[in-house]
Amino acid sequence: MASSKNININLKVWRQKNAKTQGAMETYSLADVSTDSSFLEMLDQLNEQLIGEKKEPVAFDHDCREGICGMCSLFINGQAHGPEMGVTTCQLHMRKFKDGDTIYVEPFRSKAFPVIKDLMVDRSSFDRIQQAGGFVSVNTSGNTQDANNIPVPKHDADRAFEAAACIGCGACVATCKNGSAMLFVGAKVSQYALLPQGKIEAATRVQNMVRQMDEEGFGNCTNTGACEIECPKGISLENIARMNREYLKATLE
Amino acid sequence: MKLDSKIPAGHISTKWTDYKDHLKLVAPNNRGKIDVIIVGTGLAGASAAASLGEMGYSVKAFCYQDSPRRAHSIAAQGGINAAKNYQNDGDSIYRLFYDTIKGGDYRAREANVHRLAEVSVNIIDQCVAQGVPFARDYGGLLDNRSFGGTQVQRTFYAAGQTGQQLLLGAYSALSRQIGLGHVKMYNRHEMLDLVKVDGKARGIIARNLITGDLERHSAHAVVIATGGYGNVYFLSTNAMGSNVTAAWKVHKKGAYFANPCYVQIHPTCIPIHGTNQSKLTLMSESLRNSGRIWVPKKIEDAEAIRAGKLKPTQIAEEDRDYYLERRYPAFGNLVPRDVASRAAKERCDAGFGIENNATGEGVYLDFSTEIEKKGKEMAYIQGDHNPSKETVIKLGKQWIEEKYGNLFTMYEKITDENPYETPMKIYPAVHYTMGGVWVDYNLESTIPGCFVTGEANFSDHGANRLGASALMQGLADGYFVLPYTISDYLADDIRTGHISTDLPEFVEAENDVKGLIDRLLEVKGSKSVDQFHKELGLIMWNKVGMARNEQGLKEAIVEIAALREEFYNNVYVPGTAHELNTELEKALRVADFMELGQLMAVDALQRKESCGGHFREEYQDAEGETLRDDENFKFVGAWEYKGPEATQAVLHKEELVYEFITIAARNYK
Repeated sequence: MASSKNININLKVWRQKNAKTQGAMETYSLADVSTDSSFLEMLDQLNEQLIGEKKEPVAFDHDCREGICGMCSLFINGQAHGPEMGVTTCQLHMRKFKDGDTIYVEPFRSKAFPVIKDLMVDRSSFDRIQQAGGFVSVNTSGNTQDANNIPVPKHDADRAFEAAACIGCGACVATCKNGSAMLFVGAKVSQYALLPQGKIEAATRVQNMVRQMDEEGFGNCTNTGACEIECPKGISLENIARMNREYLKATLE
Repeated sequence: MKLDSKIPAGHISTKWTDYKDHLKLVAPNNRGKIDVIIVGTGLAGASAAASLGEMGYSVKAFCYQDSPRRAHSIAAQGGINAAKNYQNDGDSIYRLFYDTIKGGDYRAREANVHRLAEVSVNIIDQCVAQGVPFARDYGGLLDNRSFGGTQVQRTFYAAGQTGQQLLLGAYSALSRQIGLGHVKMYNRHEMLDLVKVDGKARGIIARNLITGDLERHSAHAVVIATGGYGNVYFLSTNAMGSNVTAAWKVHKKGAYFANPCYVQIHPTCIPIHGTNQSKLTLMSESLRNSGRIWVPKKIEDAEAIRAGKLKPTQIAEEDRDYYLERRYPAFGNLVPRDVASRAAKERCDAGFGIENNATGEGVYLDFSTEIEKKGKEMAYIQGDHNPSKETVIKLGKQWIEEKYGNLFTMYEKITDENPYETPMKIYPAVHYTMGGVWVDYNLESTIPGCFVTGEANFSDHGANRLGASALMQGLADGYFVLPYTISDYLADDIRTGHISTDLPEFVEAENDVKGLIDRLLEVKGSKSVDQFHKELGLIMWNKVGMARNEQGLKEAIVEIAALREEFYNNVYVPGTAHELNTELEKALRVADFMELGQLMAVDALQRKESCGGHFREEYQDAEGETLRDDENFKFVGAWEYKGPEATQAVLHKEELVYEFITIAARNYK
């Protein structure tokens, strides 16, 4: 059974006014944090405290708080989305911390994710990769054939779904020593490569997406596998392998 | 102004087709000369932006998030309806239409809902063609399941992440258009006012959330696709940033706001844990296919559970009250959301709630029966016709994991309880708003050139929304309705030319926005924006919530007015206007929630009947079921803005005409 209690914590939070200024760690202490609170609710509580002291609250990205929109980020005690495996920051709960803990909170750091303010970073490079080819070029007229006319083996549909479950949060990039986006791009490439609908453009898709990924300043994959471990949605390294195969195939065609 | 719904004549089954055939068109070579602004990029906005971009219009799309793919449509779990009848269980366009009208408690527009049912079929085809990985059966065909309020299996799904997959599908179509240069995307921008020129919507004032700059954007038409206003309650299942501002500004500029009191309370949310809670999390309604809802039969058992002295698994089968199965044998656990929510409230109010925290509110959603049933089935499939209990449970849990695994994991992360071992605890929470900007059959508001799609409009759901119909409406509006109706409007604009943002109307609107921002920053009071938002939310939940009565509504109207006055005198917004300022963003939204909240109470007060999500305690039958008053209230209540006090608003009525459906009492027994 869930047991609720309150703890006191110390926070070391990265504060940075904007992209142009230098940032620094600030220290805060926060009392009476319910262990049933999520990590973001704890930050809400910190912000209420700061506002009460007429100080500027900490800016951080968040929205659905259900682990699905991919907007929350944060490097917590040196880990993307914090110490718990398989969760986003909004689904990390304070019961994972102990009374008196000191918690380090930093933005996702990567060349392709510039800091906007405090803990917020700009992840629009992911959007530009998607715009380069992460789609099936079907028009939106609705005049397509009946959906059951192309049966998709359950196994393929399930694997495509698993790849499509990527929420584009950027934890893979943030945790990678090379700042590589290959888990994200691999997931997108895989989703379409596994489905009959996406096969026609498979070669141009992977080439365009990889080109854009390089232009955005992401690093390369050296098979360390940290991305897979830190991914809140369990996106597998298989997707990187599949992307490499697709890429090789495309260059040979 | 007289409300003209512009519903075309003719038989319901051919209305839309005939109407489409006679709408004006814009030739492909002229579309590039026409600008369209779309605000919001969830299912309704992204699908509209992608479609209009592809047609060749010059589109600008705006969202407050850092990327369109964050829109809250992404959180929808259960599924999307379509009248495909793949399961051969008697489904048809008519039956989807009928279920939706009945589910909406006969307060939706027949013609709109029929059109929705018609195009539902194309939505699935379109999404599959885009590479949306819906669940498949072992033959490679699309799988279906049931949702509340229906007796057929017409819901298409992708595990518990259907909204995510559909949104990513629409986002990919939008991304393609952005890549091609047909759509210009403005992330981290928030619309703060509508600009009208000569009575027509001709642009918006948007705030760049990173720099704080106010920007003027002009267009020949403006589409509002910004979702619902459930966050007026502070605690809801909506994303934290979901807000009413764009829709409300449009309302203040002349668009009528319809049925604001119709709020859907979703029956299966995770109960509140404490005072620091920021939002609520939904557990998909699809779980009701496999879960049985109950509370203890004996009040002393309920008390012991709340005190933490008894566990649900220790309550014997005969001591459990499966109250939905008891009260509604035909639909059982799959009654519509409003019915299930009220039934849960009724049991908790009677003292049978099970949550062991201060609220005491909660009921069980129990999977043990299903685990045994499916476990046995799986054992049989594997050739084991005499399985041990252990094997049955193990296989049953595997089955559940495959079908609902991500939901079970999410529940465990939030509550720290394992729902495979102990029943889930659930309680109703604010989820979806059926009210919204009034639109005609063309999805056009009472402001010419201002169109409103998806949850932001009022049109398709009546007083209650059945499950798996929100995703359907968002995509129907964006992919298959708006492209036709907006073209009809834009056909008159091929000679207009680019609209200058130097017009005095733009200057004035920008100054108004600037004035409001400065005013909020200058208060420098002592309470945070969230404190006000929480106070507003409490008034709304207690007095304009799951059940309303005359006295409470009258109190709410007065209390909200007082709170609003205090807000403008005592709010503290730190920082400045010319930077990223999340508190300022919230303050601007809460200011609008205050005005809207009061209108919701005003609307609920005038509607002296109970229907769907609107339950007036004075109007119920002996068994606690809703008492609708079709004679006096079979209308859409559309409010005209007349000033900051909602009590100044003027009510316009659009009578609902049912030509093809016979109105009956809503019976799920």
